[in-house]
Amino acid sequence: MTAQTPVNSFSNMPDETGHFGQFGGRYVAETLMPLILDLEKEYRKAQQDPAFWAEFDALMKDFVGRPSPLYFAPRITEHFRGLAPAGKGPKIYFKREELNHTGAHKINNCIGQILLAIRMGKTKIIAETGAGQHGVATATVAARFGLPCKIFMGAKDIERQKPNVFRMKLLGAEVISCESGSQSLKDSMNDALRYWVANVHDTFYIIGTAAGPHPYPELVRDFQSIIGKETREQMLEKEGRLPDMLVAAVGGGSNAIGLFHPFLDDPDVAMTGIEAAGHGIDTDKHAASLTGGKPGILHGNKTYLLQDEDGQITEAHSISAGLDYPGLGPEHSWLHESGRVNYVPITDTQALEAFQLCCELEGIIPALESSHALAALPQLTAQMDEDKLLVVNVSGRGDKDIFTVAEALGVEL
Amino acid sequence: MTRFETAFAKGPALVCFITGGDGDTAANLDALVEGGADVIELGMPFTDPMADGPAIQEANIRSLDAGTRTADIFRMASEFRTRHPQVPLVLMGYANPMIARGADWFADECAKAGVDGVICVDIPPEEDAELGPALREKSVSLIRLATPTTDAARLPAVLEGSSGFLYYVSVAGVTGMQQAAQGSIEDAVARLKAASSIPVAVGFGVRTPEQASAIAKVADGVVVGSALVDLVKQHGAEAPAHLRALTSALAEAVHAAR
Repeated sequence: MTAQTPVNSFSNMPDETGHFGQFGGRYVAETLMPLILDLEKEYRKAQQDPAFWAEFDALMKDFVGRPSPLYFAPRITEHFRGLAPAGKGPKIYFKREELNHTGAHKINNCIGQILLAIRMGKTKIIAETGAGQHGVATATVAARFGLPCKIFMGAKDIERQKPNVFRMKLLGAEVISCESGSQSLKDSMNDALRYWVANVHDTFYIIGTAAGPHPYPELVRDFQSIIGKETREQMLEKEGRLPDMLVAAVGGGSNAIGLFHPFLDDPDVAMTGIEAAGHGIDTDKHAASLTGGKPGILHGNKTYLLQDEDGQITEAHSISAGLDYPGLGPEHSWLHESGRVNYVPITDTQALEAFQLCCELEGIIPALESSHALAALPQLTAQMDEDKLLVVNVSGRGDKDIFTVAEALGVEL
Repeated sequence: MTRFETAFAKGPALVCFITGGDGDTAANLDALVEGGADVIELGMPFTDPMADGPAIQEANIRSLDAGTRTADIFRMASEFRTRHPQVPLVLMGYANPMIARGADWFADECAKAGVDGVICVDIPPEEDAELGPALREKSVSLIRLATPTTDAARLPAVLEGSSGFLYYVSVAGVTGMQQAAQGSIEDAVARLKAASSIPVAVGFGVRTPEQASAIAKVADGVVVGSALVDLVKQHGAEAPAHLRALTSALAEAVHAAR
């Protein structure tokens, strides 16, 4: 699959040991190592198997509803042209991942992983979830393939994402509340790993983002790359050329790497990843691990992490449950250090403003995660010429967030 | 002879674990030695102890909530070494606190504090470069874990570069939850001992003298952790007497197999 990559490629990572430069790797307990190696072997076989991809593509089309549209957003384009200096303000396109079945990009990865689980003969599925989108997507594919499924979710997230908790239960999943630590995404991942280590013989762990031990960051990226591949084709069809700028929110970073990866070796395509800055990166309540963290080891990989000088993990904060994680996928750490992608922090307040603006101007309720990407538009559009093309990944829809947004705006429902 | 060699030369050894900074660690460690522990494992607390069950998870949280820092752990280790010049001391924990200031810094601090070995739960042989070379450079043993899922093909990689002893995690799971069947332990230990020139200690889920006695008949060491950590939680400042009592019973059971 990588036969034609150029010498100075950004897209041919990880190396054969699962590293992206100094990042990535396989930092797991010995109990899990044989399974991780087995998963890699199985994935290599699947990669070369046209039948695997034929099944993946068929499900993407008829079950997920792909391709998702690349939509020219006229009113938001005009809005930012009005604010920008003369001659500035690019054409803004939305990659409409929120139109996928289950309402976010997460389903792309879940389809790929459950097909791997079935190939490996695993009969039970587990997953962690933050905002609940990955939990819903996992419960959905588990229902579709008739496999029992347990979703680990932080107690705090269960409270703030009630609609998704109910969705998972409707889909037949068991939702397990994680009471330890900050009771959010990081802790649900700890508990999922604890469960997995005791049940490796029959259980497949569908990790929801492009993080964790190798080969997860690679295979999640590959499944999510359908976003960027479609965007490429759609933009060539609509505009006859590649986009100039790609923008996506980064929690663990799977929607961003999915959009970015197929363009990494196109030097004229700039990319901006958005980190959640919570109350601000100068406070202790944010989730911007590149801006405010340093490299470390957690959850099976080496990557940028929020931590103190002793290496204790510090708690992340974001209004968006899906971005509320003290690390990010290792490939993003590498793209950050190599300078290929620029990463920018956006606060809760900025994201809330963008959320409302998108609702009012485009008739699209974006997820709070995606609202972080939209919130970078004021600064990005002010610097880009009118004839430039910018794509925002609207990675999920915001129906799940209306309670959080109402509370933040002081509205009683 | 190293302290490990001396400790294991006498026959089956009792290895006792408690989490550093959870209660009065110095008094608790002394109680373990007085009770007859042959090797001490001192847990380095971590915010995200993914391989631990509830007992040790909570001990980590109690320790960190009490303000335990990495410097405190090395101070405890160093003072232990002064009080007990002959008892092998192992630091056990997770990768991130060990590499936060660099592997060389960590290895150097271990050597200065008289730490004999390090167990890092989440660095498998594949990622040895992270910590292994730095520890070996300072003659601090890297103690690796073997598990029920470690097959014959992997075992040489696990043993390569490890020293002190091999820690056999007898159940696929987290610490302190359940005990493996004796038969499966016997088979596994026989397989490990055939491949290894270093002693094999067995842990995870061992709580009683009866269990310890059965394991000591086949293995070179028995590791007890969660049962001791539970006593620290239950008895707080009164923990040393209780730790001494349980350790004595365990030591008697293990040493009877000599």
